[in-house]
Amino acid sequence: MITRVIGLETEYGLAYDAGSTRPQTTEEVARRLFAPVVEWGRSTNVFLLNGSRLYLDVGSHPEVATAECVDPLELLEQDRAGVLTLARLVSAAEDSLRAEGLEGRIHLFRNNVDSAGNSFGCHENYLIPRRLEYRRLTEQLLPFLVTRQLLSGAGHVAKTEQGPRLVLSQRAEHMWEGVSASSTRSRPMINTRDEPHADAERFRRLHVIVGDTNMAEGSTLLKTVSTSLVLSLLETARVMPSWAIANPVKALREVSRDADGATLITLEDGRTVTALQLQEYFLSAASAHAEAEGVAGGLVGEVLALWGRTLDAWRGGDLDSVKSTLDFAAKRELLTRYAERHGVRLDDPRVARLELAYHDVAPGAGLREGLEARGLLRRFTDAERVDAAQETPPSGTRAQIRSRFLAAARAAGVEHQVDWLHLKLTQDPGRTVLLPDPFATSDAAAQALIDELLG
Amino acid sequence: MAQERMQGKASAWEQAQVNESEALGAIKGSRDAGVDDLLDEIDGLLETNAEQFVKGYVQKGGQ
Repeated sequence: MITRVIGLETEYGLAYDAGSTRPQTTEEVARRLFAPVVEWGRSTNVFLLNGSRLYLDVGSHPEVATAECVDPLELLEQDRAGVLTLARLVSAAEDSLRAEGLEGRIHLFRNNVDSAGNSFGCHENYLIPRRLEYRRLTEQLLPFLVTRQLLSGAGHVAKTEQGPRLVLSQRAEHMWEGVSASSTRSRPMINTRDEPHADAERFRRLHVIVGDTNMAEGSTLLKTVSTSLVLSLLETARVMPSWAIANPVKALREVSRDADGATLITLEDGRTVTALQLQEYFLSAASAHAEAEGVAGGLVGEVLALWGRTLDAWRGGDLDSVKSTLDFAAKRELLTRYAERHGVRLDDPRVARLELAYHDVAPGAGLREGLEARGLLRRFTDAERVDAAQETPPSGTRAQIRSRFLAAARAAGVEHQVDWLHLKLTQDPGRTVLLPDPFATSDAAAQALIDELLG
Repeated sequence: MAQERMQGKASAWEQAQVNESEALGAIKGSRDAGVDDLLDEIDGLLETNAEQFVKGYVQKGGQ
């Protein structure tokens, strides 16, 4: 693999089904959910032993930002470990509800829209070299991102004037710009806010916010590895054909609504191409690049094969070959099968409830484990490794140092603060350790501090 | 013998094709059964207050 640090930030939606007992506001449920975190971490914003960040975001969104990962499979493990951590908080919160005689159930959704049309995200972070011409890179990446929903769209039932229809992306209707610095008001596909969380002279962090939140591990794997490969390709600064899209936001929505890969996209130079043709270009260029770099074997080879199989499926108009791997196809099968069996339309509330269940990660409430156990959805991670990843940092990055520091400070019972860049003892701020290299797995100053704590 | 082979029996290649499509059919059949099994399991859940549940899911903020 062309080594790159990748991290995922996932915002979770929270809901409370009160049953026959007293209702609770989302804020109350969020507070209850984070009560054990506040108890040990004195905050609703903490770093965990696996190096990830767990916090309560604006609007009572639980959010997990994984630690820096260089191995795509470890990224899947870390992402899923975040789900386990939250699921355990849900169990504890439900126990505390029961203790007060309340019978409600807490639901936690990994999706991107609620019933009122609010949208929230799964943000991807890719470390890129500072020396790159950022503007050129993002412009060349945009046509890939606009059409990437053919690979990793989560699928969604949209209500249209012609009735309900299955679209590719939950997120597409909530994007308003291609590349910009804002995040909520005028949501762009790439957020340019320059916070590298690393040595700013060497690195930049590319912040992609157009992606759907995925349930299928295959979708997350395909999404992150394909994007990373395309970035590697663009980083070579080789002269490439221009695929600049005349109106990226319009194209994004049309590709989602058509949901067949055949959407005609008008380019800035007046040519038209289909969404599928753009993806075919990026696949062939990324494959050739991986071959040339000698990294086309192993996991990358497997992902390239899946990418090819996915495009073949769109070309042939038959998604059977990817429905045990990718969200869009798996979810479409489930929703249409339900609607057929019950003789209802896709805008029936029960279908909407089923769609939410697909994204629910509260213990016993979601479908992912049931789908995986029946062989309907392929699981790439090992359950034991995911369990361990709740307290084990990924390999090959400074998350290892952060983890050792956190473990030592906690064992010593010493007040401390960390963020992506810093390790700090509250009583001794003069010795704050800076970790500007995301690839560092050891640091002399950090180790001295850790040794003292373990003294 | 040659006649029999040409007329009566499928070649190894044809046989392989048949087996493969039977296997695909079996996979598809068991997949449908799996999906139905999962849907049966959650049928009760979907019948209970689905509309209220869906409407009740409202988040503020987010990016």
